[in-house]
Amino acid sequence: MTLQNEPLNRDTRRKKYCRFKRSGIKYIDYKNADFLIKFVNEQGKLLPRRLTGTSQKYQVKVKQAVKRARHLALMPYVGDSLK
Amino acid sequence: MLKNYETVFILTPLLSETQMKDIAEKFRKLLKDGGAAIINDENWGLKKLAYPIQHKSTGFYHLFEFKAEPELIAIMETEYRREEAIMRFLTVSLDRNAVEYNLKRQRGEFNKKKEEKEAVA
Repeated sequence: MTLQNEPLNRDTRRKKYCRFKRSGIKYIDYKNADFLIKFVNEQGKLLPRRLTGTSQKYQVKVKQAVKRARHLALMPYVGDSLK
Repeated sequence: MLKNYETVFILTPLLSETQMKDIAEKFRKLLKDGGAAIINDENWGLKKLAYPIQHKSTGFYHLFEFKAEPELIAIMETEYRREEAIMRFLTVSLDRNAVEYNLKRQRGEFNKKKEEKEAVA
């Protein structure tokens, strides 16, 4: 018997990847709020990289785009049950 | 050196259709007089805001994409601040990838691209 925690779904665990690198998206548009909503939680806060798998390079761009979208009231600064 | 810019502004919903068009026309003229080449000119119409601005829950959105000298931006933004009907504005400079993206968006490949993005997600 092992005392170490092991992931339950060890076989089904998939490796995280950066969706921007994989699909070759180079520019993240702040006008496309429907897309950006995937990178925030229900309160409208940005999701960390460790959950979305986005690379550092693109996380910076996601951050920038979300902040611009918020400024233009395309996305809320604070929200309730966004999804 | 000319640079690519994109600017969006939100007008109060209290304006009539013609007043809104007049203001858009005023800024179009301002850009042209300042030696800018307008690439894209979009009117998004009355949109619902994600949160109230100046106690208003809707606003008229207007977008310009243009090529201009950097000096023009400061002039344009002062005009934005003087114009009382403008509740919010945003000006960004566009890099190479952004220009490419906007070209595609303009040609209507935008929806295809969106589907592609959603398929990945």
